[in-house]
Amino acid sequence: MNAISAEGLMKTFGSGEKAVRAVDDVGLTVAEGTVLGLLGPNGAGKTTTVRMLTTLLAPDGGRATVAGHDVVTQPQAVRASIGLSGQFAAIDENLTGRENLWMFGRLYQLSSKQARRRSDELLEQFSLAEAADRPAKTYSGGMRRRLDLAGSLLIHPKVLFLDEPTTGLDPASRMELWDVIRERVSGGATIMLTTQYLEEADALADRIVVIDHGRIIAEGTADELKAKVGGERIEVVVHDPAALSTATEILQRGSAGECSVDEHTRRLTVPAATGSKGLVQVIRDLDAAEVEIDDIGLRRPTLDDVFLHLTGRFAEEEPAAEAVAQGVSSGND
Amino acid sequence: MATTEHAPQVGSVQAVGIRQVLSDTMIIAWRNIRGSLRVPDTQIYMFIQPIMFVLLFAYVFGGAIPVEGVNYREFLMAGIFVQTMAFAVAPASVGLSDDMHKGLIDRFRSLPMARSSVIAGRVVSDLCSQLVVLVIMMICGVIVGWGVHNGVGPFLAGVGLMLLFAFAMLWVGAVIGLSVGNPQVAASAGLIWLFPVVFLSNAFVPPETMPALVQTIAEWNPISSMVAGARELFGNESIIVSDAWPMQNPVAAALIWCLLITVVFAPLAVRKYKAAASK
Repeated sequence: MNAISAEGLMKTFGSGEKAVRAVDDVGLTVAEGTVLGLLGPNGAGKTTTVRMLTTLLAPDGGRATVAGHDVVTQPQAVRASIGLSGQFAAIDENLTGRENLWMFGRLYQLSSKQARRRSDELLEQFSLAEAADRPAKTYSGGMRRRLDLAGSLLIHPKVLFLDEPTTGLDPASRMELWDVIRERVSGGATIMLTTQYLEEADALADRIVVIDHGRIIAEGTADELKAKVGGERIEVVVHDPAALSTATEILQRGSAGECSVDEHTRRLTVPAATGSKGLVQVIRDLDAAEVEIDDIGLRRPTLDDVFLHLTGRFAEEEPAAEAVAQGVSSGND
Repeated sequence: MATTEHAPQVGSVQAVGIRQVLSDTMIIAWRNIRGSLRVPDTQIYMFIQPIMFVLLFAYVFGGAIPVEGVNYREFLMAGIFVQTMAFAVAPASVGLSDDMHKGLIDRFRSLPMARSSVIAGRVVSDLCSQLVVLVIMMICGVIVGWGVHNGVGPFLAGVGLMLLFAFAMLWVGAVIGLSVGNPQVAASAGLIWLFPVVFLSNAFVPPETMPALVQTIAEWNPISSMVAGARELFGNESIIVSDAWPMQNPVAAALIWCLLITVVFAPLAVRKYKAAASK
């Protein structure tokens, strides 16, 4: 059973020559109780897709159902089944945490009493109980984000949309949010998560859809996507930047593939032709050449490699000029 | 599809009934008032500014602006009331642009609530705060020597007229707030043009003292109709020597102006809101 299903979704911003197709024929399904990671750089069309699925934006074409309700013809039913937590904490800064949650509960059409009880539970669960009666403007970034997420959970939504829930958060707050998200999934919720962080999709998502320039360019489990870029790699971090060229030569010697060099982190990566044997050989050669190394190992490809492979650039790199224009015209996408 | 078991523990999910519209509107109004009372700007706007205006005009300008044949403080108060009602533009424009800015409107739109309640709640909360401000000013007015002389009926009609004007003006504020999209800009854009409009009227001085062209503008200025209407209903002394229709029929003119402003700006505000919210 699919909690979310979309086919042929289209959205164009602007008109005439300046028209930008923010979402171009996006089709996807998310099975009940699973997490779909929607992955892509800034301006790829992630937020626009979420806005259409959450009834905030009318699609120009295609159709979609969420929790069994059509997003265009049954928007109120969709809204009553979903929680949405965005990239910018959408809370009332002048209200306290408790007041914010009570208000959202009431607007989800809970009774005043239900809203109060549920707010108390959520404040407790999100470690906000102590700050519950302080205006939200006194909250830290992590607290705001938690309050925002709590605001999307007043009704135990069947489907939860999280649009870049951890962008801009410090690592500790990010881990906290990950735990909350995992808890939701074990509680049976279906989650659609957009992110620019590959490790986030890797950690949380059952399936991943990679989107770029409004189009789906790949989908599958993290393992399936990684399998696309091939096998293991040898990765070396040299201690002295001056040794980079010697090390490159040595790595290149035992491998059929191209050695990629990141001068900033002094990291070299090369496809491992012969597995661990090759690694031992590389260590010997480096030692013989007196190249001091900080780190060396065999590793499986990460989603970063996947993204690089699919789009020719790193996910967190600035998008191409075209995508920048798109980001501007579609607001915060 | 597991539609039925998906139906969440909420009330009506399809049609938004009138009861839900009312309840959602009151929640938004509650939230506006509750939140704004925590903002120093609003506290000053609501409690300090009205008192300041009454005292300033009564004691500082009052002595220097002799209006022949009338008690100036009696003459002045209606002007200050109307000016302050016109300032309803500010909280409406700042409030709405602030909401758009913070993405709160997106959250509201993703909830199964009545969509009209975001604006309707703003109207209700702003009218409540304007009423509070009006009451504070009237108490100050009584202290400095203002009074009503026509009995309870016309007095209540006068209060109603003031709130009707605030109602009309907050739609102007809503249009400004939804157009500029930045609370700081909204704050000044909401008020800057109001001062000349208010001063180009009979609010603080009789238009007869102005040059002919300016006098004509003042006589047809909606502010003048409002002020003259308030003076008539409260039974405050005023000297109307003008033959201009709005000056001869101030209450009718005031009502027409309120209606006209609302008819033009309310639909515009709703359209702006829909456009801004669906970006």
